[in-house]
Amino acid sequence: MLDDFLVRAGLAGIGVAVAAGPLGSFVVWRRMAYFGDATAHAAILGVALALIFSVPVTAGTLIVALAMATGVSWLATRGHAMDATLGVLSHAALAAGLVAISFVPGVRVDLSAFLFGDILAVGKSDIAVIWGGAALVTALIAWRWSPLLTATLSEDLAVASGIDPRRERLVLTLALAVVVAVALKVVGALLIAAMLIVPAAAARSLSRVPEAMAFWAVAIGALAALGGLAMSYLGDTPAGPSIVVVAAGMFLLTTLVRRR
Amino acid sequence: MSLIRADHVSLAYGRQTVLSDVSLAIEPGEIVTLVGPNGSGKSSLVKVLTGQIRPDAGQVRRKPELRLGYVPQKLAIDQSLPMTVLRFLNLPRRRDPEAIRRAAAETGIEGLEQRQVADLSGGQMQRVLLARALLVSPELLILDEPTQGLDQPGEAAFYRHLERLRDSLGCAVFMVSHDLHVVMSASDRVICLNHHVCCEGTPKVVRDAPEYRALFGQGTQGALALYQHDHDHHHHDHEHDHQGHDHA
Repeated sequence: MLDDFLVRAGLAGIGVAVAAGPLGSFVVWRRMAYFGDATAHAAILGVALALIFSVPVTAGTLIVALAMATGVSWLATRGHAMDATLGVLSHAALAAGLVAISFVPGVRVDLSAFLFGDILAVGKSDIAVIWGGAALVTALIAWRWSPLLTATLSEDLAVASGIDPRRERLVLTLALAVVVAVALKVVGALLIAAMLIVPAAAARSLSRVPEAMAFWAVAIGALAALGGLAMSYLGDTPAGPSIVVVAAGMFLLTTLVRRR
Repeated sequence: MSLIRADHVSLAYGRQTVLSDVSLAIEPGEIVTLVGPNGSGKSSLVKVLTGQIRPDAGQVRRKPELRLGYVPQKLAIDQSLPMTVLRFLNLPRRRDPEAIRRAAAETGIEGLEQRQVADLSGGQMQRVLLARALLVSPELLILDEPTQGLDQPGEAAFYRHLERLRDSLGCAVFMVSHDLHVVMSASDRVICLNHHVCCEGTPKVVRDAPEYRALFGQGTQGALALYQHDHDHHHHDHEHDHQGHDHA
């Protein structure tokens, strides 16, 4: 069954949805959209460095994404005007990655696969990496769920309850780097942030408690992955962007249903 | 033994001195009110006591295993975060449903359990925060400007409520008052802060202290108005603003 490229693509898409749903909810609640962007864009730089130094792409992406996420997180605690700084970092990381990739010797690199993903080309080992990453992120967030939620609600209340908000931020930073590394192959650096934010935003209208929102974000992300693949298969559209288009359609739908 | 004590605490943000050699202790069961002008370091002192800020000098000591109920000044919940009152009361730890029912009854928030926290009014939010603080069976309640946004009868009712709580739970109360001139008469002590402790004592002692008058003399001709217990006669002295109800 795993020999069918569509089945592998579906499994990969669902794996990303599982990893991105709960984390994406925190990204939405904490208004960290740009944070996700900057980290995802840094992945391109990770790809370039991995190719130059001949290490696995996932490892290179993970390390650079981790460095970027840590740096941005540290900046956020300094309380500077974050908007412009994050914008600069995010775009600088992307541009630097594109420049660095041009230095990669040998075979020409298929850049669009890294920018927009290549979900139809995932192999069995890719699926293992994606589901391993998803399991790791889910376990991490499930373990820290209550303190994370309290720190998101109010750092004051968290500290008064004996929770260290810095540690909870570190958990999110780690999780974000892992999600970026595993989602790169599926939706590409430009659309990873979309997989974090769009399903979670769509889930908001359906939820009365945080746990429900995280659950619906996973469900909507998985449905979008399958729907996008179907759209890609039937209409010969690019798969990664199709997934995001379907997710955006579901956001529109849930928002309209709620307004009614 | 004091529940919490600050010894010679100093704090500065950059070159700005916020707290200078502040010492205080809160004993079991007493009500202490902190007053001071805007920017006098009241909120910073609360944050030092609750452990949110580490002082530059001096130290804060808590009774071991102190059960601290903390009511923050305000809590703005992002609309993107779905959160019912009931779920909020169960953060970060699940609470016994019976304890939640008692705290809800005590603070008058029955019926709000399924409402979204982001949709609550200021007064409802305040009571929900108080209910959450009560769930730890606090030995010490710390409240940062709890009556902000309440009108005068609301403020008086809140103070009576706190006093009843203290009597029924036996907990100490440390409260920051946003109103320099109105302090609950049930306060055992009033501490007047202007970066340093400029005077402290019973409400009457502070009212008559020259330091207090020097700081706050202009507002009500230097009088520290105390909420007494004759609340039935209390309705005459606040102004109603009917303008807002006019329909164009």
